[in-house]
Amino acid sequence: MTIASANPEILSELDRPNSYIGKTVPRPNLERLMQGRGLYVSDMELPRMGHLVFLRSPHAHARIADIDTVAAKQLPGVIAVVTGKELAPVITPWVGVLSHLKGLKSAAQHAIAIDRVCWQGEAVAAIVATSRAVAEDAAEIVRVEYEELEAVTDMRTALDPATPVIHPSLGDNLAFERNLDAGEVDTAFAGSDEVVEADFIFGRHTGVTLEPRSVLADWNAAEARLTIYQGTQAPHMVQNIAALHLGLGESQVRVVCKDVGGSFGIKVHIYADEMATYALSKLLRRPIKFVADRVESFNTDIHARDHRCWGRIGVGRDGIITAFEIDDLTGIGPYSMYPRTSAIEANQVVNLVGGPYVTRNYRARARVVFQNKNVMCQYRAVGHPIACSVTEGLVDLAAAKIGMDPVEIRRRNLIADNAYPCASPSGLRFELLSHHAAMNKLMTMMDYDALRAEQAELRARKVHRGIGIASFIEVTNPSAAFYGVGGARISSQDGVAVRLDAQGSVICQTSITEQGQGSESLTAQIVGSVLGVSMERVRIILGDTDNTPYGGGTWASRGAGIGGEAALQAAKILRRNILDVAAAILQSSPNELDLAGNAIVNASDGSPRMELRELARIAYFRPDTLPPGIQPELMATRHFVPREYPFAFTNGVQASWLEVDTDTGFVKLLRHWVVEDCGTMINPQLVDEQIRGGVVQGLGAALLEKCIYDERGQLTNANMADYLVPMSGEMPDIDVGHVVSPTSETELGAKGAGEAGTAGAAAAVANAVNDALRPFGAVITEIPLTPRVILTALGRI
Amino acid sequence: MTASVLISLEVNGERVDAHVLPRLNLADFLREQLQLTGTHVGCEHGVCGACTVRVNGEIVRSCLMLAVQTHGASVQTIEGLSDSGEVADLQAAFRDRNALQCGFCTPGMLMAAQDLLKQEAEPDRERIREHLSGNYCRCTGYHAIIDAIEITARARAGGQA
Repeated sequence: MTIASANPEILSELDRPNSYIGKTVPRPNLERLMQGRGLYVSDMELPRMGHLVFLRSPHAHARIADIDTVAAKQLPGVIAVVTGKELAPVITPWVGVLSHLKGLKSAAQHAIAIDRVCWQGEAVAAIVATSRAVAEDAAEIVRVEYEELEAVTDMRTALDPATPVIHPSLGDNLAFERNLDAGEVDTAFAGSDEVVEADFIFGRHTGVTLEPRSVLADWNAAEARLTIYQGTQAPHMVQNIAALHLGLGESQVRVVCKDVGGSFGIKVHIYADEMATYALSKLLRRPIKFVADRVESFNTDIHARDHRCWGRIGVGRDGIITAFEIDDLTGIGPYSMYPRTSAIEANQVVNLVGGPYVTRNYRARARVVFQNKNVMCQYRAVGHPIACSVTEGLVDLAAAKIGMDPVEIRRRNLIADNAYPCASPSGLRFELLSHHAAMNKLMTMMDYDALRAEQAELRARKVHRGIGIASFIEVTNPSAAFYGVGGARISSQDGVAVRLDAQGSVICQTSITEQGQGSESLTAQIVGSVLGVSMERVRIILGDTDNTPYGGGTWASRGAGIGGEAALQAAKILRRNILDVAAAILQSSPNELDLAGNAIVNASDGSPRMELRELARIAYFRPDTLPPGIQPELMATRHFVPREYPFAFTNGVQASWLEVDTDTGFVKLLRHWVVEDCGTMINPQLVDEQIRGGVVQGLGAALLEKCIYDERGQLTNANMADYLVPMSGEMPDIDVGHVVSPTSETELGAKGAGEAGTAGAAAAVANAVNDALRPFGAVITEIPLTPRVILTALGRI
Repeated sequence: MTASVLISLEVNGERVDAHVLPRLNLADFLREQLQLTGTHVGCEHGVCGACTVRVNGEIVRSCLMLAVQTHGASVQTIEGLSDSGEVADLQAAFRDRNALQCGFCTPGMLMAAQDLLKQEAEPDRERIREHLSGNYCRCTGYHAIIDAIEITARARAGGQA
C-alpha cells in the first residue's frame, strides 16, 4: 500500500519512460461529443425506418379484456399496430431467475402484455408509423378495455394471507429469501453494554440517464440477420438474449453500441420494450426505432433501492462492536428483471452489511417481494448504499449511545490494514484493504478537529452544522461468480485484440464498452504505454459484436480491472512480436531492443534504431526482404478473467459537512470528501471524476430522489419537474483523495472505481444530518431527507 | 391536421426555408429536418437543458419553442458555435478538466456556460453553479464543469490564455 504515487526504481511494462499509466491525459473521444458530432442511438436514421411508440397501461394491475386497433391502423402514416398476442409468435417469453440464487422465482414475462398488465407503464400495444408524432397520434385512438384488479403496492403487506398473489402459479408474493447466521449473535448481543436498533427506510429511485433508453433494430430479411443499435453496457449479452428469444443463432445478431447518453446500470438490462422492438423489426421486415420519452423512462427504466431494513448493533463501553443484525425487506415490482434478476440487490445487502468491521457476529434476513409497481433491478452500486447506510447509521447510533466520537469508534472496529487477506462473516474474501490509512488521510484532508471546533462555535450561534462519516467497501472486478455460475450467458471475461497497422499506428478492439467512464482512454493509455506508441496513434474500437473480441462489457466496476488487464497482456504479446521482427531486420536480439516514441530503440541507451512505421512497411509490403522463417504476427489477442478472488473489493471513506435549517428543514451541502482505494490508477483524473459523479448520485438519493407511488400503484411524479435530481446549484465541491493498494491478481493491479462514490454518499449525509440535529434529540433513518422528513423529526410539523 | 407552414430563418449562418407543421418544436425541427443532432432531447418538458440553443442571441429550451416561432430568427446550435470557434477555449477547458463523461448534456452545458461568460467577466463558482442550475448532468457531479468554466472565465478576463 502506498499513499502517493510511487516512483519505483525498477521499471516494469507499466512504468516505463513516458508511460501513460498513472497520468492524467484527455480522453480521445471528447471532441466529437463537445461539438455535437457524437452518434447516439436517438440520432440514428436508416432507410425505411419505422418509429415505434408503445401504448402503456394506465393501471397498476388489470386484465386486458379487449384491444381495438381498427381506427389507429387507418391513420395515414401508420405502418402497423401490434398487440402482445400478435407479437408472441415472433418472440418467446422469459423468466428472470438465476440458479445460484436458491429459491428465486418469477413468472414468465412477455415483450408486450397479452392478457394482463402488472404495472402502470407496461406496454399493451406497439404502434409503428412513419414518424413518432404520427405514432403518438395513433396510440391515442387505440381503444383498450381493462378490468382493473387489486394492486399490491405495500411491500410490508405483500406476504400477508389477505393480499392477492400477483402470480397465482408461484403460490405467494415472495420472490426470494436469504438467511445468514454467522458467529454467536445472541451471545454477543447478550454480552453487549449497549444494543441499539433502528428502522432504515430508503426511497425508491431510478437512474434518470439524460439520454433515455434507445434502440434501433434492423432485420435484414435477405441476409436473415438482425443488427441492433442500442445504448447498452453489455453488447454480447444483448446479442445472446435477442438471438435466444427470436429463435436465431448468435451469428445472426449483431449488436452495435455507439455513443451512450448515460447508463449507470439502467442500460445493462434487457427490457420488454426493447425485446418488442427487435421482434417488430423481424415481423415488419424493416428498421424500427424506439426512443423512450421521459415519462416512459420513469415508468419503465428499472427502479432501485426500495428497501425497509431493520437493524441492530451491539457495542461495549470501550467502543468495540459486538454484533450486527438486519432484517431487510424490498419490493421489486411484478417480475424479476431479465437476465440479471432482481434478487441481487437484497443479496448484496446481506453480503455487505458490517463489511468494513472486525466483528464476526452477524445475522441477516432479506426478503424480496413482488408488487404491482415498475420493476427494480441493479443500478449503480447495487445494494451498497443500503448496506452502507444501515451499517454506518448503526455505528453512529452506537457511538452516540456510548458517547464516543464517530471517528474513534470506527478506528476501534475497522479491520486492521495488516490483517489481510481475510474474510467477512458473510464469506466475502478481502485481498488487501486500507480502511485505517483511508481514514487517516480523510482526517487530514478535511481537518477534522478544526471542523469539529467550528461546528461547536456555530452551534452556540444556533447554526446547525453536522459532520457525517461513512466507511465502505465496494465489489469490483466480478468473476463468473456474479452471473455465470447461475446460468446467465453474461461473460465475466473480456478480450482485447491489438494490431500494428501499415503506418505504425495501433488499432485495438476491446469487448469493454464506453458510456463516458473513459474506457477508450484507459485502453489507449495501457496499449500506448506497452508499445511505446503515442496515444493519438492508438485507435480504440469497441461496442460492436462483429468487430470486437467476446466479453462482458462495462458494468460492476469491471472495465479497467478486467478489460484493462486484457489490453495489457495483448499489448505485451504484440510488443514481443514487434521486437522479434525488429531484431531480424536490425540483426540484433529482441532483448537489446525496446519500443519508445513510436520507434524501435536500443534498450541500453534509448537511441532510435527504426521507426515503427518503417517496420510496418517492411512487414506488410516487403516481407520478401525478411530472413527466411520470419513471419511477422503484428496482431495479438488476449482475454482475462479473475480466477483467484470472486471479486476485487475496494474500500474507502466519505465525509459530509452540511448545514440544516431547522426552520425550513432544508439541508445545504457545504463540502464532501472521499478517500478511496481502487488499486492502480490508470488515469487519476478519470478516477476522481468517477468518484465525484458517483457521489452526486448518492447525494440525490440522500436528499432529493424518490419515485412516489400512490396506494393504487400510480407513479405520481414521473417527470423531471416533480422527481428531483441533483442540479449544479445544490451540489458541493467534492475533494477526492486516494490510497493505492493494487490487486496482485493482475499485473495491472487496477480495481474498479465507478461505484464507490455512490456507495457511501447517502450514509455520510444522513450521519451528518443526525450530527447536526443532535442537540434536538432527533434521529432520522430515512432517505431522502426532505424538508418534510426533517421538520417531522424535529416535531415542527 | 393543420397544414404545414413555410418558415424562413437563419441557422448557424445559413439561410433555411422549410415547411413545418405548427406543432413541431424547435428541437425536433433541428434534429429531424436539419439533421443537427448535436442539440439533444432529454426531457421534452424544459427541465433538463440538453436542448439549449441560441435564438437571436438568447439561450432557449428548443423543446419549449415551436419551429414556427423562429420564422425570421437567427438560430445557433452547438455545431455552429463549434465551427465558428466561439467556444473553442471553453471546449478545450472541458477537455482538459474531463468536464464531460457521456457527453449528452455537454452541448447544452456549453451553450449555457457561454451565455454566462458573455454576460459576466469573472463569475465566481456560486454564480456559475446558479447559471447552470437548469442544465442536468448525471455523470460528472458538476464539479469539473464548474472548474472548466471558471478556468475559461479567468483566461478570458486576461489571466493566462
